[in-house]
Amino acid sequence: MIEVKNIVKKFGAFVALDGVDLKVANGELLALLGPSGSGKTTLLRIIAGLDWPDTGEVSFDGENALAHGASERHVGFVFQHYALFRHMTVFENVAFGLRVQPRAVRKDEAGIRARVKELLDLVQLDWLSNRYPSQLSGGQRQRIALARALAIEPRILLLDEPFGALDAKVRKELRQWLRSLHSEIHVTSIFVTHDQEEALEVANRVVVMDKGRVEQIGTPGEVYDNPATAFVHGFIGESIVLPVEVQDGCVRLGGKALNIAADGAPPGASKLFVRRHDMQVGPAGSGALEGAVRRVRTFGPIQRAEVALSGNGSETVIEIDAPRDRELQTGDIVGLQPRRYRIFAAQD
Amino acid sequence: MNTPQISSSARDDLRTEPIFIRVIIIAIAVTFLTVFVVLPLVVVFAQAFSKGIGAYFAALSDPEALSAIRLTLLVAAISVGLNLVFGVVAAWAIAKFDFRGKTFLISLIDLPFSVSPVISGLVFVLLFGAQGYWGPWLQSHNVHVLFAVPGIALATIFVTFPFVARALIPLMQEQGTLEEEAAISLGASGLQTFFRVTLPNIKWGVLYGVLLCNARAMGEFGAVSVVSGHIRGETNTMPLLVEILYNEYQFVSAFAIASLLAMLALITLVAKTILERQLDEGQYPRD
Amino acid sequence: MSGGAGRRSTLPGFGLTMGLTLTWLSVIILIPLAGLFLRTFELSLDQFWSILTSRRTLNALKISFGLAFAAALVNLVMGMIIVWALVRYRFPGRRLFDAIVDVPFALPTAVAGVALTSLFAQKGWLGAPLAELGIKVAFTPVGIFVAMIFIGIPFVVRTVQPVLIDLDAEIEEAAASLGANRWHTVSKVILPSLIPAMLTGFALAFARAVGEYGSVIFIAGNLPNVSEIAPLLIVIRLSEFRYADATAIAVVMLVASFLIIFAVNRIQRWAQTRIPAH
Repeated sequence: MIEVKNIVKKFGAFVALDGVDLKVANGELLALLGPSGSGKTTLLRIIAGLDWPDTGEVSFDGENALAHGASERHVGFVFQHYALFRHMTVFENVAFGLRVQPRAVRKDEAGIRARVKELLDLVQLDWLSNRYPSQLSGGQRQRIALARALAIEPRILLLDEPFGALDAKVRKELRQWLRSLHSEIHVTSIFVTHDQEEALEVANRVVVMDKGRVEQIGTPGEVYDNPATAFVHGFIGESIVLPVEVQDGCVRLGGKALNIAADGAPPGASKLFVRRHDMQVGPAGSGALEGAVRRVRTFGPIQRAEVALSGNGSETVIEIDAPRDRELQTGDIVGLQPRRYRIFAAQD
Repeated sequence: MNTPQISSSARDDLRTEPIFIRVIIIAIAVTFLTVFVVLPLVVVFAQAFSKGIGAYFAALSDPEALSAIRLTLLVAAISVGLNLVFGVVAAWAIAKFDFRGKTFLISLIDLPFSVSPVISGLVFVLLFGAQGYWGPWLQSHNVHVLFAVPGIALATIFVTFPFVARALIPLMQEQGTLEEEAAISLGASGLQTFFRVTLPNIKWGVLYGVLLCNARAMGEFGAVSVVSGHIRGETNTMPLLVEILYNEYQFVSAFAIASLLAMLALITLVAKTILERQLDEGQYPRD
Repeated sequence: MSGGAGRRSTLPGFGLTMGLTLTWLSVIILIPLAGLFLRTFELSLDQFWSILTSRRTLNALKISFGLAFAAALVNLVMGMIIVWALVRYRFPGRRLFDAIVDVPFALPTAVAGVALTSLFAQKGWLGAPLAELGIKVAFTPVGIFVAMIFIGIPFVVRTVQPVLIDLDAEIEEAAASLGANRWHTVSKVILPSLIPAMLTGFALAFARAVGEYGSVIFIAGNLPNVSEIAPLLIVIRLSEFRYADATAIAVVMLVASFLIIFAVNRIQRWAQTRIPAH
């Protein structure tokens, strides 16, 4: 188990990590998700020993990890730009970690060869064994980088935006491949990504970060359905955001009172967050909000409609998803009722 | 310093001069270079062989000549060896880490380039000469720095100081620290990382720096002249011997030795061009 | 236990390599140079001044700086012609001549010195025809001038070459399409963008020629006040054990070199503001 306590890291005046706590269970696949500048890569590198926190603790199974440098922590690190050794063949790259082990622990040549073959088979690239990194495609390089990291039988596997440098199709394929690989070898893994689809698809649990802080930790379902903060709601999935006023249990949009419950919402200026598909569409007057349909596009089973909300002077246009059988047309006046929603205090 | 590429011919008409101007410019350039560069090179060999091949080889096998050649090789080996280690160490410190004062440090390393060779020798005379700071102490302990091999080595080390570092620093900065970080994360120690990962990546740069360092070390004249004392058979490097022989009107001998140095220069130039090509495209071997 | 004791870097070896670097740097460069400056400060200002303004010293400095300046000017003009021919034209042997430009860099100075002397001596291949015309080169200040030209050849060429190669073709085409004739395009469009590189090359050639010793002393007459260069005077003073004089002259030359390098850096910085890097 990895435990991270109250990590603070500054680069000059810039606060990269502002008191981060985290517990990673054995064998789980954890995603660190956030926009650039959120501190997720910094946190990963601190766990790896490639960077050092200003204050805080990191422990692996109860032992203080900060007492050791990266070469002693026995972590496997996969870099965003692969960092394969350009002058070594694929075989030598994967064998590297095994060759630099202290003599007492080191395998003999036959043992190294066997282990490298085992790993290249695992990533299905055995046939590339004698090539050089410059002769491989991006996806192949990343799989070799993974094989290389796994060669040393690390207690933790850390991946820094492993698919960030690849194009969309390869990214999707590798995503699934990583997931099935993890279910095969069960090594505790943490990967960093800014792609929320990736995090939600692959990870057991997701840590959502912003500006050096942890916003929420939970399963993909939890962070999607029950976002804890405005940031999480806005970052994960698509949201409709409306500025509202909460007073005496009443929610107002542009002065007009909305017929929705305000329970738990903080008083004052707030934001209403609704998922596009959580907005129920009905005839005019049937919902808390009302508007005119401006434009309709169909994607498979959904209609996506641009609706101009009426009645507050300035025009607010939102996008909603409705099922096909509703058959919306441009010019229709519809009533919109948020089925599921959150209201958060308006802040930066 | 690559061979220049000529622009595509489709645009040439608008971008060039009338033919007679071109001819004149080329003629001037070629004549100038022939007079000032080609002719001096030719003269060296012409004079060296002016009394036949026999005289040429006799001059080279003269004991003084052999001793000068030996001394030159020794001093070059010492300077290149030490400055190689220094260059690699300094390039590692500068390229793989961040710290303040990096530009200042690099300028300090570059200092010998901007100092006249005579001054490079002078500074050592001021330290070790009879009236130097440490002169009396050295004399009383019968240690000879000036007018002996140590002084010559020191002066040569001074003037060749920056070559390897200057070749490696930009190369290593360009290559970044990613592969080294990967090696560390895989459990390699610092030395293992350096020898297995960094060194293979910089080998052409090392060769390039060593090549230039060696050429300068063997050919250095001004600095060595000041510290050497010109003791025949003992403290004359090849360039110094050329001077002595020339001043004694032993032209064949002087130019015979000069021809060796000239050949060294030409070989250095050829090797330099080859290595430059390797450095430009050699980022990914076997591609 | 709190982490990050002090500042640790990812890669190991900083302390060791930095320490070695600074030590070697001090031993080989800083201490010797410090010795020079210490020796300088032992002189009083009066002594310093009287050494510098003695007739022989002044003449040596005038000869060194004056002829170096003139030689650098020649190299500026010839260098531009050479670099233009090498970059813009095709002719047989172009690659060879391009490689030849580097010879003055690579050739040991003593070899250059004896070769040039032999070439320009009264009975030399070039000296003889020149003597017919009444021009004496070897053992006169003209010889010094010639040697300084030789060693300065690569500087303007090699600093201007990359800039000329990278020059944007479209700029010339634009000028031509606007009606400029070739001379206008070259003088008003192309040359101005080469000026920083030209100045840098000039300064480097000048600095190199001022301090040059080996290539020059063979062909110079080395007559005091007439054809004696400053580096030679330093050597002579050293052999006379007049360390103070030698030091004073050396310091003047050092200060001049540093000023030149400083000027070069300024030029390059100014150039970067005029011409955005692409």
